[in-house]
Amino acid sequence: MAEARLGPKPSQMSLVDKLGRISWGLIFLTSVIACIGFGMLYSAADGNMNPWASRQILRFAAGLIVVLVIAVIDIRIWMRWAYVIYVATLATLFAVEFFGLIGMGAQRWLYFGWFQLQPSELMKIALVLALARYFHRMTLDDARRPALLVTPILMLLAPMVLVLRQPDLGTAAMLVVGAGAIFFVSGVALRYFAIGGAIAAAGVPIAWQFLREYQRERILTFLNPEADPLGAGYHILQSKIALGSGGLFGRGFMHGTQSHLSFLPEHQTDFIFTMLAEELGLVGAATLIGLYVLLFAYGFAIALRARNHFGRLLGIGLTTTLFLYVFINIAMVVGLIPVVGVPLPLISYGGTAMITVLFSLGLLMCVFVHRDEQINRLTS
Amino acid sequence: MQQYELARFRTFTRRAAVLGAVKLALLSVVGAQLYNLQIVQRHKYRTKADENRINIRLLPPPRGRIFDQAGRLIAQNKQNYRLVLVPEQSGDIQLLLHTLAKTVPLGQSELTRILNEIERRRSFIPITVREHLSWVQVAQIEIDSPDLPGVSIEVGQVRQYPFGATFAHVIGYVGSASTEEIASDPLLQLPGFRIGKNGVEKMHDLELRGRAGNVQVEVNAHGRVIRELDRDEGEPGNDVTLTVDADLQEHAATRLGAESASAAVLDVATGACIAIVSTPSFDPNFFIQGLTQRQWGELVNNRHAPLINKAISGQYPPGSVFKPVVAVAALEAGVVDSSHRVRCLGHIQLGDRTFHCWRRGGHGSLSMISAIAQSCDVYFYDLALKVGVERIAEMARRLGLGQASGFDLPGEQHGLVPTPDWKRAMYDDAWQKGDSLNTAVGQGYLLTTPLQLAVMTARLVNGGWAVTPHLTRSVGDELSQDTLTRVAPKSIDLSHETLAIITRGMGRVVNHVSGTAYSARIEEARFAMGGKTGTSQVRSFTDIERQSGVVKNKDRPWIERDHALFVGYAPISAPRYAVAVIVEHGGSGSTTAAPIAHDILLEAQRLDSISRLSSPLNIRSSEIRKV
Repeated sequence: MAEARLGPKPSQMSLVDKLGRISWGLIFLTSVIACIGFGMLYSAADGNMNPWASRQILRFAAGLIVVLVIAVIDIRIWMRWAYVIYVATLATLFAVEFFGLIGMGAQRWLYFGWFQLQPSELMKIALVLALARYFHRMTLDDARRPALLVTPILMLLAPMVLVLRQPDLGTAAMLVVGAGAIFFVSGVALRYFAIGGAIAAAGVPIAWQFLREYQRERILTFLNPEADPLGAGYHILQSKIALGSGGLFGRGFMHGTQSHLSFLPEHQTDFIFTMLAEELGLVGAATLIGLYVLLFAYGFAIALRARNHFGRLLGIGLTTTLFLYVFINIAMVVGLIPVVGVPLPLISYGGTAMITVLFSLGLLMCVFVHRDEQINRLTS
Repeated sequence: MQQYELARFRTFTRRAAVLGAVKLALLSVVGAQLYNLQIVQRHKYRTKADENRINIRLLPPPRGRIFDQAGRLIAQNKQNYRLVLVPEQSGDIQLLLHTLAKTVPLGQSELTRILNEIERRRSFIPITVREHLSWVQVAQIEIDSPDLPGVSIEVGQVRQYPFGATFAHVIGYVGSASTEEIASDPLLQLPGFRIGKNGVEKMHDLELRGRAGNVQVEVNAHGRVIRELDRDEGEPGNDVTLTVDADLQEHAATRLGAESASAAVLDVATGACIAIVSTPSFDPNFFIQGLTQRQWGELVNNRHAPLINKAISGQYPPGSVFKPVVAVAALEAGVVDSSHRVRCLGHIQLGDRTFHCWRRGGHGSLSMISAIAQSCDVYFYDLALKVGVERIAEMARRLGLGQASGFDLPGEQHGLVPTPDWKRAMYDDAWQKGDSLNTAVGQGYLLTTPLQLAVMTARLVNGGWAVTPHLTRSVGDELSQDTLTRVAPKSIDLSHETLAIITRGMGRVVNHVSGTAYSARIEEARFAMGGKTGTSQVRSFTDIERQSGVVKNKDRPWIERDHALFVGYAPISAPRYAVAVIVEHGGSGSTTAAPIAHDILLEAQRLDSISRLSSPLNIRSSEIRKV
């Protein structure tokens, strides 16, 4: 009680203390997965570091520094700035959606010198931050009061509507499920999830009306890919052929015929998992999935180990976001869900995904560094 | 820890565990799908991946060549140098075409076609700029190659017939497969592939074609060839060697000249065809390069029918050439013997019809040998009435008439040997005695091809062996199966006495002053020939016409003039060659056809003696029989 009255207590740890509390195991695991990605990008370019692998390595190296910087910043500062970051991101999203003001080229992109960022990507983290902060001060009883759920639901719906307008189904799904995970672990009554699910189901026919032609086609194609093997079903079919032809041990590194003879589309970005599974087989694919499971386990362990509720919620939210990237991407390339443009974290070529993923890992690491910090429920 | 903190941490932990379990479950579903694709269905998808990337291209086999009996090429493959360019390697197309035009002049329409193709095709697909380049052009392009990026010379093969028109009806020609034919074999779909359309090219098409090879290439999704995976060269087509002698063939073709005529020369012992000519002819090389509409029209509308091989497809009444058949039938039937004599008064009366002899005043009393030599119609009218048409028809068939001979060229006609049964079936009419008389002098319903007449002659002079005419000596390294089975012909069971009388008669046709072909005799005794003339009427004439004198051949329109026929053999001492010559609407056999037969038989024997001297190793088909 005395602590609470004293207000926020800044961290007493020195920078050296913080670096000592960093989980180097997580850094190593991240690097191992990234290295598999470099190998696949090297293969995707037919045995060349250019154009993809070399740039990906540079980005990752720079990203690791960002991870460390984010990790050593006091977790209270992240908490204090959570709403600001959320509102700023939402404003940016709003601006690019409605005015296309920001960005030198295409709409929806922000350019920061050597990398570019989609505000919708950034929103995945900003929303988790904001919700973690919101639920940090809630007791279990609070979480059961409908009135107190209005604000977080609006916090979710605002970016979701904007993203759906793009339209970007993948990101919208990730926002919903990521937010849902925080709601869930915060103790929100299960009946609200049931109600939310019912509303979503009822909304499907309405949403169908708002979908663009190509999105409807993707969903129909997903339901029956063989119907149009040269048209919209081509990607899924070629991906399945590539996966299946890989077998148990694969066609060999750099010897995937589907990938290297251009039958597989986007083999350096969204379909890079397919290429890995074609060249390295089920063994390679299972190994990569195993590494991801290890990564999620780290995330869960960090969340459970944290002494502050903000850190716990942040940990679960970020881990869930990472999980969604992995699951949606792989489920898409194996033909379990429709084709949506979600990259494979740390493996797919591309700056935006790399930044988002490393930002998430940085925050996760920050939670771990500050695992023993206690933050009062009513801290503002 | 405060109470609320503990409570929400418990809930958090419990629900986090549930969340983790859900995630693991979702990943398990993905894992199961991966197992399904990569383990359970791996063979199916492996096959699909290979179907995606592996393209099989056919390699056309070189077509077998065709030789005459002495190894002279009569059908060969010529290199066709094709100029091709790959647009994506060529840089500035306009500049390139400009440079090319210095060596290979390109017309405006050609340029348009090339630019259109560049537009239409993918940039890595080679485009044919020009075919049939000359050697000089090929050399110049090779020299200029540094200035001609993406340009290369491809070597294809086209058929070429060195003897041109001489062998047109024997060899036939090749052409693109028709739409129906294409369905039978994917090889035929190759743009440059040709198949036999006529003659030997058609008869031995499958042997000449060979077996197609193939090359398996790996292609990418755009169809670009990445590398070669496997190659099977296939087998070139078999060479075919014919029994014909190119020299004799050329001689005969020249001798028939511009007439609408045909001739067939057979080896009497084996039935091997030494020469078979039909005129006028055409140059099959034009068919390879493609005929213009006008050239085609001229060939089709020509009333001398240059596209038809008259030696096997032309059917003519044999006229007096048929008379030896009647004589053999009578002798073998025993109704007369060789001493049988008939007094010819120039005509005989049958009911109210008069049947004339070709000699108005009659021949007087004749023996059988004289009757053959002088071709007395009345004598054979008499024989026909005695022996009956059935026995004549039966003998005609034994000698090879009225049926396909089995000759190995497409398009052979059957001819026609009429019988009372045939007439009843065909016309629902009874056989008249007059029909028998017409048949006896080779007129009426009787139809024969020149080749059949040559076969008939061969069987009469070779001692009565049923030789079958044929053209193929060997295919590949193997002696033709047909040849081997044919070298042992069956006997047609004619007595020596009968054959001796016939050959004496046919000898006198040419070598006796009274003979109808005395003026065409071969003076050199060792080459002397025998034979039989024939002049077959194209239409019959009324008595009024006879009296008014229209009957004279040269006074009638060409199409109504008589066909001139001659069958011959040589040397008479030991017959080796049989020949049949027909000159359509050529007038009389003795003045038109016999001199041609004379030249051909003399040339055949002359060439024979030369080849025996110059190449003792050359095995003639007659000697195969001894092997």
